[in-house]
Amino acid sequence: MILEIRNLHAGIEGTEILKGIDLTVKAGEVHAIMGPNGSGKSTLAGVLAGREEYEVTEGEVLFRGENLLEMSPEERAAAGVFLAFQYPVEIPGVNSAYFLRTGLNSIRKSRGEEELDALDFLKLAREKLKLVQMDEAFLKRSVNEGFSGGEKKRHEIFQMAVLDPVLGILDETDSGLDIDALRIVAAGVNSLRRADNAFLVVTHYQRLLNHIIPDVVHVLLDGRIVQSGGKELALQLEAEGYDRIKQAATV
Amino acid sequence: MDAATKTIEEFAGQEYKYGFVTEVDSDVVPPGLDESVIRLISEKKEEPSWLTQWRLRAYRHWRTMAEPRWPKVHFPKIDYQAISYYAAPKKKSEGPKSLEEVDPEILATYEKLGIPLKEQEVLAGVAVDAVFDSVSVATTFREKLSELGIIFCSFSEAVKEHPDLVREYLGSVVPYTDNFFASLNSAVFSDGSFCYVPKGVQCPMELSTYFRINAANTGQFERTLLIADEGASVSYLEGCTAPMRDENQLHAAVVELVALAGAKIKYSTVQNWYPGDASGRGGIYNFVTKRGACRGEASKISWTQVETGSAITWKYPSCILQGDGSIGEFYSVAVANSRQQADTGTKMIHIGKGTRSTIVSKGISAGYGQNSYRGLVRITPKATGSRNFTQCDSMLLGDKCGAHTFPYIEVQNDSSQVEHEASTSKIGEDQIFYCNQRGISTEDAVSLIVNGFCKEVLAELPMEFAVEAQKLLGISLEGSVG
Ligand SMILES: Nc1ncnc2c1ncn2[C@@H]1O[C@H](COP(=O)(O)OP(=O)(O)OP(=O)(O)O)[C@@H](O)[C@H]1O
Ligand SMILES: [Mg+2]
Repeated sequence: MILEIRNLHAGIEGTEILKGIDLTVKAGEVHAIMGPNGSGKSTLAGVLAGREEYEVTEGEVLFRGENLLEMSPEERAAAGVFLAFQYPVEIPGVNSAYFLRTGLNSIRKSRGEEELDALDFLKLAREKLKLVQMDEAFLKRSVNEGFSGGEKKRHEIFQMAVLDPVLGILDETDSGLDIDALRIVAAGVNSLRRADNAFLVVTHYQRLLNHIIPDVVHVLLDGRIVQSGGKELALQLEAEGYDRIKQAATV
Repeated sequence: MDAATKTIEEFAGQEYKYGFVTEVDSDVVPPGLDESVIRLISEKKEEPSWLTQWRLRAYRHWRTMAEPRWPKVHFPKIDYQAISYYAAPKKKSEGPKSLEEVDPEILATYEKLGIPLKEQEVLAGVAVDAVFDSVSVATTFREKLSELGIIFCSFSEAVKEHPDLVREYLGSVVPYTDNFFASLNSAVFSDGSFCYVPKGVQCPMELSTYFRINAANTGQFERTLLIADEGASVSYLEGCTAPMRDENQLHAAVVELVALAGAKIKYSTVQNWYPGDASGRGGIYNFVTKRGACRGEASKISWTQVETGSAITWKYPSCILQGDGSIGEFYSVAVANSRQQADTGTKMIHIGKGTRSTIVSKGISAGYGQNSYRGLVRITPKATGSRNFTQCDSMLLGDKCGAHTFPYIEVQNDSSQVEHEASTSKIGEDQIFYCNQRGISTEDAVSLIVNGFCKEVLAELPMEFAVEAQKLLGISLEGSVG
C-alpha cells in the first residue's frame, strides 16, 4: 500500500477545506482527482506534501505504512513524495541544475546513498530532459524564471523524473500545455510508471486521462470525495459537467 | 505568530566561528589620545617627520569635528579616550622580517582562519599581507612580485622604503580632513598594506590583505594605499575577522586607490568582523572610508564587497571618475542579521567626459537587522555623455527587520543618463516550501535563495573567494528561518 488517507480534515485559519477524505492508493496505480474550482484538490496535494499553512484537524495519512503527517516536507520528499506544483515557484539566480542537484543529493544523503557530483548529475539530467523533450539550456536558467507556462509544467515533470518518487502528485500539470506538450508530458509520466510506485493526478480535463490512463477517478466536491469510478467517470463528467453530482451530493 | 515567522526569528541564532583569541605578547599603548600618543606611534614606527606632522595636522583637524549622525545607525557615544590606539604583537627578534620570525601563535591563528601564510601552502596565485591588530605580520610572495616591479608590502615598510610614492599619494584621494573617522585614522593609523603596480604590468596573482583584530580594547586603524600606474592592472582582496568580545571595538580604516590612464583596479572585500551576539552585545563598529580615483583616461575601478559581519557597518566605497571614459563599479552584498546595522552604499562622482558607472547593491535583512543603502550619483556639468546604472535590491527575512534606500542623484548636464531600479522582496514561504518539497532543508533553502539573490555580486569575486563568500552568507543567516 502506498497511500492510505483516512477521514482527513484540514483547513486554514479555522476554515475547514477538506472535510473527511478517504483514499487508498496501491502500488502500480494511477488515481485521478477531478472536481470544480475551489473544491480542495490543491489543498489535498499541499497537505500530502506538507505545506505548513494547512492545519490537519482530524484523520490520518499513512505513506507506505508510516505516519506521513509527522514528517517535515523535506523528509516526505526523501521518503519519495513528489508534488508537481500547480504554480511552480521562481527562484531568481539559482540555476535549475544546481537546485535539483542540491535536492537530489539531500535526498540521497538522507537515504545513506552517495551524492552525485556535477558530472554524474549532468548525465542523469540529460537523460531525463529527453523524456520531456526539453533543451539542456534550461539547466543553466534560473529555476522557473521566465519559463513559459508550459515550460514550467514540463520542468516539473523533468524534476519528477530525476527524483524518481514513490508517489508522484501532479496538480493540474496539464493546464496550460499545448496539445503536443500534453502528449510529451503524459508519455513522460507513463514511462515512470512502475509496479512499485503510484501517481495521484489532479486534472480538470479528461484529455490528459486519454494519455495517462487512470485506474480510479475520484470526484472531489466541497472537501469530500463524492464519487469514485473507473476511467469512464471522467468521460461522463466531461459530457455532463458537475451539476448532477452536485445535486446528488446536496440531497 | 505563524510558524514561518517563528522559524524566521530562530534564524537569528547564528554562530561565529572566528571568535577565538590568540595568546600573544603584545606591545599596547595605554588607552587615550593626545598629541603625545600620536608622536609615540610615529616614533615606534620610526617615521620621517613629514609623516609625523601630517598625523598631527589630522589630529588637530579631527578635534574640531563631530561624529557623523546622519547614517541610519544607532550606537552609544564612543569614548575615544578609552581606546588604545596601538597594539602590536611583540617581535621575537629584530631584523629583516621573514616568516620564521613571526610568532608561531600568530601563524597558527591565520591557519585556523583558513589563511596559511607559508608560501608553499598558500592558495596558488594569491599573495597575502597579514595584518594582526595594528601591524602587518607577514607578506607572502614578495620576491616573485618584485621581479615584475610590483611593490606589495606593509604600509610601514612602504614609508621606509618607498617614501616618495607614499608621500605623493597618501591622502590624495581621502584627505585627512575628509570625515570624522578618516581624520582619526589619519592621525593614528598603525599599519596596513601598500601596493604599487608599475606601468603596463598586469599583476599575475590576486593580492590580498587579511585583517585580524585580536587585542581587547584596541581600535584597528589600518590604511591601504594602492596605485596602479598607466596601463597596469591588479585584483586585490581583503578579509577581516575578530574575536568575540562583549565590548564593541572600533575599526576605522581608510583605503585609497589610484588608477592612472588605462589602469584597472579590482578591489574585493569579504568582511566578517564579529557581529555581536543575538542580543546585540559586542561586535565591531566598522566605520570605513574607501575611495578610488580614476585619474587617467579609460581607467577603471571596481569595488566588490560582501559585508556579513560587524555590529555596525558604515562605509561607502566610492569612485571619482576624473579621466575621460573612466569606469566605476560597485557591487555589494550587505547582511544585517540579529541586531546588526548596516548603512552602506557608494558615491560615483562623474567628472570626465563619457564616464560610466554601475551600482549593484543587494541588502539582506534578517532578525532585527537594519540595512540601508545610501548612494550618491553625481554627474558634473563637464561630464558630458556619462551614464550610470543603479540596481538596488533588498531582501527581507522575517518581519522585524528593515530595509531602507537613500539614493541621491544629481545630474548637471543634458547629455548624460541615469537609470535607477529598486526592488524589495520577502523571502517567500512559497520558495522555501518549493525547495523543501525537492528535499532541501529550510536552512539550505535560505542559503540557496539568498545566494541566488546575490548572484550578480558574487560573480564579481575571484573564484576562490566566491565560494568562501557563499558559505559565509549561509553561515551568517543560519537559523534565521528554520
Ligand atoms: N492559503 C489559503 N488561504 C485562504 N483560503 C485558501 C487558501 N488555500 C486554499 N484556500 C481555499 O480553499 C478552497 C480550496 O482551494 P484549492 O486550491 O484546494 O482548490 P482546487 O480544488 O485546487 O481549485 P482549482 O481547481 O481552482 O485549482 C478554496 O475556496 C480556496 O480559496
Ligand atoms: Mg488547484
